[in-house]
This record gives sequence, C-alpha cells and structure tokens, in this order.
Amino acid sequence: MSTVATLLGELTPAYWQSTLVRVLIIGILVPTGALILAIVFLFKVMAWMQSRLGPYEAGPKGLLQLVAEVGKWLQKEDLIPQGADKIVFKAAPFIILASTFVLYAAIPAGPDPAIAANVPTGIYFILAVSSVSVIGVLMAGWASSNKYALIGGIRAAGQLIAYELPMVLAAVGVVVLAGSLNLQDIVHAQAGFFAFGDWGPALPFIVVQLPLFIVFMSAVQAELTQAPFDMPIAESEIVSGYQVEYSGFRFLVFFLAEFATAFGFAAIVSTLFLGGWYLPIPGLADDLQSGWWYLLGPIILFTKVMIVSFIIFWVRFTYPRFREDQLQKLAWKWLIPISLVWITVTSVAVVVWQ
Amino acid sequence: MTAIVPDSQQRAYVAAKAADARVNLEFESEGMTLNIGPQHPATHGTLRIVAKLDGEQVTSCEPVPGYMHRGYEKLSEVRTYPQVTTLVNRLDWVGSFANEVPFILAAEKLMDVEAPPRAQHIRTILFEMSRLANIVLFLGDLGAQMGGVTAVFYGFRDREFVLNQIEAVTGGRFHPNFDRIGGLKDDLPKGWIAETKVAMKKVADFCDEIEDLLIANEIFQLRSRGVGVIPADIGLSYGLSGANLRASGVDWDTRRDNCAPGLVYDKVDWKVITHPDGDCFARCWVRLQEVRESVRICEQLLDTVPAGPIMAKVPRIIKVPEGESYVETENPLGVMGYYVVSKGDLNPFRLKIRTPSFNNISVVPWVARGVYVPDVITILASLYFILGDIDK
Repeated sequence: MSTVATLLGELTPAYWQSTLVRVLIIGILVPTGALILAIVFLFKVMAWMQSRLGPYEAGPKGLLQLVAEVGKWLQKEDLIPQGADKIVFKAAPFIILASTFVLYAAIPAGPDPAIAANVPTGIYFILAVSSVSVIGVLMAGWASSNKYALIGGIRAAGQLIAYELPMVLAAVGVVVLAGSLNLQDIVHAQAGFFAFGDWGPALPFIVVQLPLFIVFMSAVQAELTQAPFDMPIAESEIVSGYQVEYSGFRFLVFFLAEFATAFGFAAIVSTLFLGGWYLPIPGLADDLQSGWWYLLGPIILFTKVMIVSFIIFWVRFTYPRFREDQLQKLAWKWLIPISLVWITVTSVAVVVWQ
Repeated sequence: MTAIVPDSQQRAYVAAKAADARVNLEFESEGMTLNIGPQHPATHGTLRIVAKLDGEQVTSCEPVPGYMHRGYEKLSEVRTYPQVTTLVNRLDWVGSFANEVPFILAAEKLMDVEAPPRAQHIRTILFEMSRLANIVLFLGDLGAQMGGVTAVFYGFRDREFVLNQIEAVTGGRFHPNFDRIGGLKDDLPKGWIAETKVAMKKVADFCDEIEDLLIANEIFQLRSRGVGVIPADIGLSYGLSGANLRASGVDWDTRRDNCAPGLVYDKVDWKVITHPDGDCFARCWVRLQEVRESVRICEQLLDTVPAGPIMAKVPRIIKVPEGESYVETENPLGVMGYYVVSKGDLNPFRLKIRTPSFNNISVVPWVARGVYVPDVITILASLYFILGDIDK
C-alpha cells in the first residue's frame, strides 16, 4: 500500500505520460461519464420519477434501454426538408456537439496533468465556448425552413443570450473570491478556503456563494433549454422548436449534445462552487501535489457532477414551463440584480477580511 | 366608387396615410400565419387552428374542425337502436360509456321504458367512472401541455385503475357498448364493488398528487391565472357547458338541475363546484375538484347498490314508437344531448348529437386574441376538448 503511495507521490510525468493521461481522460473518461450520465440519470431517474417502464424492463436491470433508443434512431430515415439550406441544416447539430465537447477540455479532473488544456483564463474560455451553441441552434432553426423551427430558434437565441449574463455574473463572485480566472487555481483556492478561520476543514465556495450558486444553476437550466426554461424546444407548443425537422442520426446528435452539455455544465458548477476534484480528505488535505489525487480527483469530480446533474434533472421533471416574457422577467428582474448585489457583498468582504 | 372630395382634403388624407404607413413600417412587423395542426401535439387529434401571429402575439385565431368527420349522425339512420351505441362510443373516446347513456335514455323515453333500480345505479356508477377516466387523463395531459411531462405519465398510470374496473364489468376499456334500452347488458362481476372502492381511493390519491405537482405549482399558476378569461355571459352565449361554464361562476349542472330519469344523482350527497375567475386556472381547478366529487358520488353509490334485475322487459326486436325526444346529460366534457326522431322503425329516422367539445372550442377565436402562442396552448388545454367529440 505504502509502495503505491510512494510511487504515485513521486510521479513526475514526462511529456508522453501527461499526454497519455490527457487522452485517457478526454477519450475514455468523458464519453464513459456521459454514457453513464445518460443511462443513470436520463433513464433511471426519469423512470423512477415519472413512472416510466422501459428503464426497468429493457435488458438486465433495464440497462439496455439506451442501446434500444440508439438503435431506434439509427434506423430512422434521414430526412432533409425540400426548402432547407442543406449544408447549414447538416452542420448545425455537429456545431452544438463540438461546442459541448470543447467544454470538457478546460475542466480539471486532478492536479495539473489531469486537465486537457490548462487555459490561463479558464472560466472565460468555458463561458465563451458554451455560447457557441447558440449559433448552432440559430442555424438549425433557420435552415429547417419551418415556421415552428424558426420560432424555436429565435426563442432559443433570445433565451440563451439573456441567461448568458446572469451566468457570467454568477461566476464573477467565485473569481473575486479565488483571485483567478484559471479553473485549476479556483480549485486550489477552495482547497485553501477556511470560511470560519482556523476552525473546521477547507470549504467549497458554495457556503458563502449560495445565492450565486442558485443563480448559476438557474442559468445553467436555461442554457440547457430544460424545463422550466424549455421554451425553445417546447414540444406541446412549437413541436420541439429547432429540432422539429431533424430525424435519425442528426436528432441523435442533438440528443447527445443536450445531455453531454448537461454533464459539462454540471462539471463547471462542481468546479466553481463545490470544490472540483478536491475534497478535504484527512492526510491528503494539505498535499495538493500528492499522486493520490490523480486517482481520487476524477472520482470525486465525477461524483459531484452526478449530484449536480441529479439536481438539474430533478428540477426538469418537476416544473412546468415558463412563458417567454416571464422567462425574460426572471432573468432581468431577479437573477441579474441578485448576482450584482452578491458580487458587491463578496468584493467588500474580500477587501475587509483578506 | 370613390367619393368626390376637395383637393386639399384629399392631399391631407393621402399625406396622413403615407405617414401612417411610415410609422407602420417602423414599428410593425409583417404578420405570419401559423397552422397549429392538423398534426400537432397540443390538439390531441387532428384539429387545425389557424393562428395569425405578430411576433409571438396572436392577432386572430380560428379553429378548423372536420379533419376527422365520420358522419355518425347520418350513419345512425341505417343502424338499429342497439347498434347506435357502438358508434357513439367513439365520440368522446376517453370516457366513452358516458356517450351511450343519453342516447339510451332518449330511446327509453320514447319507448316509455324504465330501467330497474339496480341497472340505474350501476349505470350511474359507470357514468361517473367514465368521467373519472376522462378527467384524470385531462389533469395529466394538462402537465404535458404546460411543459411538465411528469404529470402525463401519472395521468396515464392512474387512469388504468378506473379503466380496469370498467373493463371488468363491460369487457372493453374504451368502447364498452354496455348500455341497453331498458337496462344493462350484464350484472356486476363478483367482488367488483370492493375492488372499485380501492380504485376510488387511488384516484383520490392521484388528485392530491397532481395538486401538489401541478395545480399548486407557482409556475403553473403564473401561466394560467388571468389567462384566457371567459366571462359568464360570453360563456353562456357561446354555448359552453360543463366545467368550462362552472369555472366562469355559472352554477349550473345538468346532473343536479335537470337530471334525466334513469340516473340516480338525487340519491347521493354531492355538490356542484364553481369558481368565480373564469380563467385557465379556474377551469383546471374546477375539474380537479369535480374528480373528487365524482369519487364521493361513486363511493356512496357503491355502498347502496340495490338488489334486483338489471334488465326491464323489452321486446326482442326493438322498434321505437313514432315521436321525438331530447335527452341531455352532464358528460365529462360538458352537456351532451341526443335529439332522436323516430318514425316507428328499427332505426332512428334522424339523430342529432349535441356534443360539448364542439361548442367549447367555438369560444377559442374570442378568447385567444392578443395572447401569446404558449397561452393558446394553455387555453386549448384548459378548455379540454376531445377531437372525436368535435368532429362526430
């Protein structure tokens, strides 16, 4: 046991080793995680909350439901409407998916090599990349040459831009507290954040940033276009909005992107507010460069991501949908003022106590 | 023909028009016509709604029924009286036993036959149970229309408790075809009354659950309160009936005020639910409370089913004497009436069906002006129509 600890503790990765770790994390951990997210949260939680039967019945312990769904989509005809702008129509889902997968690159899953791209301004990068998906949505809405798709695309654009602002503002509180835009530094800051002086363990930022956490979660829910903010894909009003003309594999890509984005945003929330890959484990709490973190970090992060995703889907399955004007009112009259007030409070507190 | 006007006046008029046009060009967008339906999830069937939009706002909105017209009124003229129930089962297909009852009562009225007390009791129980099956589905479907998909699964799940009991008696989940002139086809199976009481408990639990999940939800109330307000006089003049009218504060229920002989509502203790607001929320709330009242009615009737035959003496081949009769009952969707004209033949000479949904959606153009697109869906969902009931 101690040999392993020594071995991991003395690990000084060469370039090829760190590249291997990065490839493993991006190539294996993320897709597996997304898959587990899809199976566990989409299907099991959905079945449990909504009394659906499939995920209990399909295959052993209902685990083959995802396989059945993917198989169903793959055998559907790939339709492109006659009046559609074909290139834009075909490209749109992949732009959304790509913007999602780039998100994963900047999220630290452990000490330094366990991050695909340690961008110095990580938060800025992530928030910028996540808003690229708006372009994909607009493209899909416009290129479908369908009135419902157009309404959905325009609703999506309005909503995603309106909720970008509270999201950025909510992240500002964390940045002020950590003193850095780098996600790795934010995790380190939370590892050294003692909210109650010397008493107690290091605490994640959520204990002092709860209002901003709630604002951020609301904005995430809106960015994901999930209930109660699912106006752009309201299936009972505008028949899934910008996705209405998509079928078969392209719809599957939309579907995967939706859940992969949920996973990505859950990872961001865990990193900003819940301490990321760090947990104050006795014995390891002070040694942030210990080799154990390469092993424990991804597991801790993944657990936190699962908890946050659970909250996202819980809200999704509970609430009915807002109307467009009510949705905008919520953003401009509540979320943005709350975050502005809390940023002020945080800044004053940081100046006074640090 | 253009009127002759002084030159200066005409110039001023033209200038004003041009100014208007400039302003309109700047502030108004070109409208868009949106066909909601015939294939659309919110119309649960093939209703088409032609909505003219200005942005997200609806400037005018008109329902176009007729995509599923099956000509049941005309078909009835070549069916014998017992065969007509098979057709009318398909009108309101989620609470279909209730469709048979007013027709059978109208025929019984013409023939001057009365069903025995036991048959009347069971008929009333099944009538109320089809109301339960219908409105439990409505409450679930309401969630789907408003974006809370969870409710619809609960609705479909808990409606089965009622449908199973209907199936146990009649043999059909949706199309029982069970009511007969002069009574019922069969007696109740053994142990049915006890099982039904358990099912009624489950429906009552469903009401609490849906109230927690949906009706009491803040976002639901934000979406439905003050939206689609139908004042009582407008409701009456458009011929609304059922919960839609009672939600506007009109205290009128055919079951209490004008109960057709053959149903035993006078023997139970229940009350008519009204709400003063007349908005979407009121309509949903009234329906929810009516489910609870229906459960109460069923529970009382189940305790007091009298013994005796289930069929009166009627001839083997039913010939209805010459005459006309009109009977209406309070069906799940509203007042349903059958106007039967008989010339003394095996089949009706003419049958006119007054279906509640047809009148209920006629108010849509009036109520859905100037609202947003999502509100159209809320209004349609809260007015609650079944397409078979509109198109006949």
